Order: sequence, then structure tokens, then C-alpha cells
Amino acid sequence: MELIELYTSLFLAFLKIGLFGFGGGYAMLPLIQREVVDIHGWISVSDFTDIVAISQTTPGPIAFNSATYIGYTSVTDMGFSTFQGVIGSAICTIAVSIPSLIIMTIICAFFFKLNNNPWMRSSLSVLKPAIIGLIAAAALMLMNDYNFIDYKSWIIFGVVMVASIKKMDPILLIVLSGVAGLLLYPPT
Amino acid sequence: MGLLKQYWELFLVFFKIGAFTFGGGYAMIPLIRNEVVNKKLWLDDNEFMDMLALAQSAPGPISLNTALFVGNKQLGFKGSLFCGAGIILPSFIIILIIAVLFTQFKDNPVIESIFKGVRPAVVALIAAPLLGLSKSAGVNLKNIWIPIVVALAVWLLNISPVYIILVAILLGILYYLFIKLKMKR
Repeated sequence: MELIELYTSLFLAFLKIGLFGFGGGYAMLPLIQREVVDIHGWISVSDFTDIVAISQTTPGPIAFNSATYIGYTSVTDMGFSTFQGVIGSAICTIAVSIPSLIIMTIICAFFFKLNNNPWMRSSLSVLKPAIIGLIAAAALMLMNDYNFIDYKSWIIFGVVMVASIKKMDPILLIVLSGVAGLLLYPPT
Repeated sequence: MGLLKQYWELFLVFFKIGAFTFGGGYAMIPLIRNEVVNKKLWLDDNEFMDMLALAQSAPGPISLNTALFVGNKQLGFKGSLFCGAGIILPSFIIILIIAVLFTQFKDNPVIESIFKGVRPAVVALIAAPLLGLSKSAGVNLKNIWIPIVVALAVWLLNISPVYIILVAILLGILYYLFIKLKMKR
């Protein structure tokens, strides 16, 4: 059945995202984008950016937010009902949490031994800078024609960048850039 | 205090944290510390720092990992299930409501105008904390090639982050072997 197949591939994709989502937050973005946009085509790049924007203004980690959102939209976009979409959301959210649950349960069993383990420390010393690279890749991948339509987009980008470095609240910045969008691109 | 009440308390504390951690990741650290260390005395500050290091080194969202850790320490595996459910549910409910409403309004021209402004801002918000994070990740002149190579490989060559992570862990292990061999000589 088509729906069962979709549920299964959603489950497996988000299991993979949970398993390899080191560093949390933005470091997980290239992985999520690759699975849901490039490989499966469940949503478009601009929809993906919208999810990131929504995640910025709502509580909770981006991995959960995108799991819940994509679980719903990918199912309803294929013509299934709202209820079946909600089930899709639950499947993705549970799938993305399972690897954490298993790994943290194991880690808790060996708590103090693992923390001072030189193998683990050495792996982390390479993994942490690599995670910085993944976050940079997330930003670079989103600098495309969908998100930057003209020079005004770059002005918004520059202003928000400076304001964010100056520690302005990200929620406020999202709201203000939405107002800027209304003024700079008047709806027709 | 009854056992049921203890499970309920774990769930409630993390439900509260889940409902107020905007931005995720590092933004929720002070919130969790206030609840778990200052108010509930479930962990001391040393244990809290150890927990953060472990939560960051495990895959998955940091807030979920810390919730699972606290739950496990207090009431074992079942405790971690209650904490995990607590931290996940607020964002699940909110995003579900948005998903149902947003898919109906997405093609509205006003919404589209707003998002034309929001999209480049989101990219800036991702890029802005890179400098600060680099410091806490221990990036220096000697290893700055790592983030640069990773960013280019994922961006231009479309290499899956899964391979990047596996290779990074492997390199870290090889590096430790190399240092050990050197010290023996």
C-alpha cells in the first residue's frame, strides 16, 4: 500500500537523521536537507527554508520541528487525510528520537568511564571542528536563487547578520524581517 | 512521594523546558540548569557539565539527550521515557498546528511577501553564530582546515554528512593511535 510505503521511508529517513545528527541544531541541517529535499523530494528547498524560519520562532529543536512538519506535509501532499498526516508526524518524531534514546541509555550505563576515555576525547577533537563545517555548509546550501531573489535579499541578510552578532533576539529579527518582506515585496 | 508522582514531576519539568526553549541548542542550557541544578537539585554543577559534554557528543538534539540523561539518572530507563516525552510534546503540538494551518495559507500573497523577507534572514541567523561556536569547538590555526574542507565537501561536492561524521570519528581514533605510537618511541 502506498501510505505504508511512505510511512516506512519517512521512518527510515528520520531514523538516519537522528543517528547521524551530531552537534544538534544547525549542524543537522545539511543532513535533513539531503534526506527530505535531495533524496526523497518530500518538500522543496524554499519550503525547507520556511521550516527553518518557523523553527526559529517556535520552541524546540529543529530536528523535531522538521520531523513533525515534514511528516504531516509529505503525507497530506500525496492526497491523504489530515489524520493520516498527524500519524506521519508522530512516526517521524518518534523515529528521530529513537537513536538518542538508545545511545543515551548506553552512555548513562558507562557515564564516568566514557567521559574521560582518551579515544572518545580524541574523536571529539576532530568531530567538533567538522560540525562547525556542517553548520557553514547549511548556510551555504541555503544561499540559492529560492531564498535570495534580488539585491534586497542580500541587504536583509547583511543587516540580520550584524544584528545577530550584536546579540539581538532571533525571534525579534525574524518578525522584523517579515515586516521588511511586506514592505520591500508588496503583495499583489 | 509516590512513584507515579515522581514520573509526573520529571515529565512536567521537561515539558516546561520544551515549551520555552526557543532557538534550541545552546539557548536552552541556562533554562535546564536553573530547573535541574538550582531548583530540583537533581544534579550538581559538575555532573551538569559532564552531562553537557556527553549530550553533545551523542547524536541527536542536545535538549533531548540531556532530558534522557536526567530521566535515566533519576528513575532509570522509564524515567528517561517520561523526560523525553516531556521535552518533545510542546514542539510537536505547536508545529502540528502550524503545519495544518500553514499548508492552507502558504499560497496567500501576504504570507509569500513575509517569507521573501524572512528567508535571507534565516540564512544570516545560521551563519552568525559560527565564529563564537568555532571557539567552543576548539577550532584554531592548526585545525581550521577541517571545517573548511567539510563545508566545501558538503556544499560543492554534495557529499553526505553521514560520511563526514564517520570519517571524522575515524580520523580522531587514528590521531590518538599516532600520538600513542610516538610516545612509545
